[in-house]
Amino acid sequence: MTATPLARAINAGLRAAMERDDKVLLMGEDIGPLGGVFRVTDGLHKDFGPDRVVDTPLAESGIIGTAIGLAMAGYRPVCEIQFDGFIFPAFDQITTQLAKLSYRSRGDLQMPVVIRVPYGGGIGAIEHHSESPEALFAHTAGLRVVTPATASDGYTMIQQAIASPDPVLFLEPKSRYWDKAEVDLGAEVDLSEAGVTTGLHAARTVRPGSEVTVVGYGPTVKTLLAAAEVAAGEGTEVEVIDLRSVSPIDFDAVTESVRRTGRLVVAHEAPVFFGPGAEIAARITERCFYELEAPVLRVGGFHTPYPTAKHEEHYLPSLDRVLDAVDRVLAY
Amino acid sequence: MTEPLTAPPGTASDPTTMVQLLDAEGRRHHHPEYGSFAESLDADALRAMYRDMVLTRAFDTQATSLQRQGELGLWPPCLGQEGAQIGSAHALAPRDFVFPSYREHGVALVRGVDLRDLLPLFRGTRHGGWDPHAHNFHLYSIVIGSHTLHAVGYAMGAQRDGDVGTGDPGRDRAVVAYFGDGATSQGDVSEALVFAASANAPVVFFVQNNQWAISVPTTTQSRVPLVRRGSGFGVPSVRVDGNDPLACYAVTRAALERARSGSGPTFVEAVTYRMGAHTTSDDPTRYRDRAEEDLWRTKDPIVRMRTYLAAESLADDAFFARVGEEADELAAATRDHCRTLEAGPPETLFDHVYTAPHPLVAEERAQMTEFEAGFTDGEGEAR
Repeated sequence: MTATPLARAINAGLRAAMERDDKVLLMGEDIGPLGGVFRVTDGLHKDFGPDRVVDTPLAESGIIGTAIGLAMAGYRPVCEIQFDGFIFPAFDQITTQLAKLSYRSRGDLQMPVVIRVPYGGGIGAIEHHSESPEALFAHTAGLRVVTPATASDGYTMIQQAIASPDPVLFLEPKSRYWDKAEVDLGAEVDLSEAGVTTGLHAARTVRPGSEVTVVGYGPTVKTLLAAAEVAAGEGTEVEVIDLRSVSPIDFDAVTESVRRTGRLVVAHEAPVFFGPGAEIAARITERCFYELEAPVLRVGGFHTPYPTAKHEEHYLPSLDRVLDAVDRVLAY
Repeated sequence: MTEPLTAPPGTASDPTTMVQLLDAEGRRHHHPEYGSFAESLDADALRAMYRDMVLTRAFDTQATSLQRQGELGLWPPCLGQEGAQIGSAHALAPRDFVFPSYREHGVALVRGVDLRDLLPLFRGTRHGGWDPHAHNFHLYSIVIGSHTLHAVGYAMGAQRDGDVGTGDPGRDRAVVAYFGDGATSQGDVSEALVFAASANAPVVFFVQNNQWAISVPTTTQSRVPLVRRGSGFGVPSVRVDGNDPLACYAVTRAALERARSGSGPTFVEAVTYRMGAHTTSDDPTRYRDRAEEDLWRTKDPIVRMRTYLAAESLADDAFFARVGEEADELAAATRDHCRTLEAGPPETLFDHVYTAPHPLVAEERAQMTEFEAGFTDGEGEAR
């Protein structure tokens, strides 16, 4: 076990996947000698060479479009989109091509393509560098959308995503890249079909509690845990669930928790309107109608473009906004 | 616009002049650079090209009729483009891989796709219709130009497989992306050219400039001849008479050999004409003159090939009669087959959304199956 930052854990997972299968290749902008703008691919170009760690021309649609062709030729491309706000030039290739080729070909084609995206805010960046576009991809059938909140999950989930026969959006919470945690970098990763289909998408209860369930993923998990700690000091036992996957969503885990607590708060950095919280609220209301003591509340981004860096602390689901929502569900 | 054009590497000819080996009157010509690439075509090969063009037209005409009869929801005719398609496709080796747009019916025939398998997409019973790997012929791509990137990626895979530049004709392979004049305006096509040039990928970009992107002429897409689009990216480019199957064969063969040898991509502009509508939903009389269509009718690829074969005694009346009968049989078989195509049970609409199991798809399939079952009695008959 080694204290490892999330970025290094993903790097180690990429390395393990590349050593395991020589059809795995990385492609993206500045991922070669530079190691990516967040250094997630650091050292891999040196060790695996330019055919497997490909510095592409600066064109996101081109990256995903050529990855589709490489997948047809039997490769497992892992694409890096440099920042969340730059994925949109590739949106057409992802949603009209990558997501649909299994369906259109009735399974004759598989698309084992991973798209890694540093996402989310909280780092004081200029515009287009702090976005949370996960709902757009979760809304697209044919894609899987996952996001690790911890270094340990970064190491495991990137390997399971690469092993997936389906395309995976792998959203990396950039504000957590340098958060360290103990990771067993030699640990066996479950790459069986169950590991890839269930393990990769299973929610995880990161703090048990009995009065309110709070659900988040990626960058918000740390905030939720901090909020639960404060709430505990005030005598409220909050259960924290890290979804880990936005598509599919482990509704069984959330349902089980809400049946015990009767109260649910969902937090994400993405805008609340039509965000993942809306889907979770609708499904949990349907499943837990008679157990709910309060409406499901959502905490997240507003219906504005991502604000300037000096305003982002008011936009993001902060500890105080989460606690406010916890108080409000308890007040019903 | 006024600077002199220089010949790009790999092509000695001025790229704005058009390579032609068989003129509209069916007379064979020599071409100093490309003529030799068609010399290996013997009488059998030439007759096979003619036959494939005739079969393609018969099938295509029948499919247009089936749409008019309500049997197909839509059909994009390739009428007039048989020379570009059959000529270029005959230059392909089985190991080469083709990424078509949605109008490459003639290329599909040459790749061994049962033409009847093109119908389900347009009848609304399937989104595809054939296994791309069985024919090295990808599914049709509806989003204009999107597949040119897939072609480049596939070619990058061939490079990594070590299947380029070995000198072994049983191993080296190339990729062809077919697209149209309208697609050249798409960003994806520009990115495909950038990536192909950057990777020196074994790709042939084969543009059928059929003069019309639905109702908008090529002149609105480009201020320069399309052939110059390639050279701007550093991709050697050549312009060919797209209604001349022999020239299309020669130019494509040269480009394929160049690609397979590891010398990189080539851009081909085949100048042709879409004699029919863009699709059966279109009405060309609203945007183009009858006189223009009449002019291009005199350049028909099948007529010139037949004239040539007959004049050179490469085929006799019995051959032409046999091909005509075969075309009639194909049309009849197409008609009969089309009417049998069905989409299958509704719950199959959930098949293959994902390769691995997915709980939401499973849940919705179960809900739909239960809902549908509510409309049948115990014997499975509709209530």
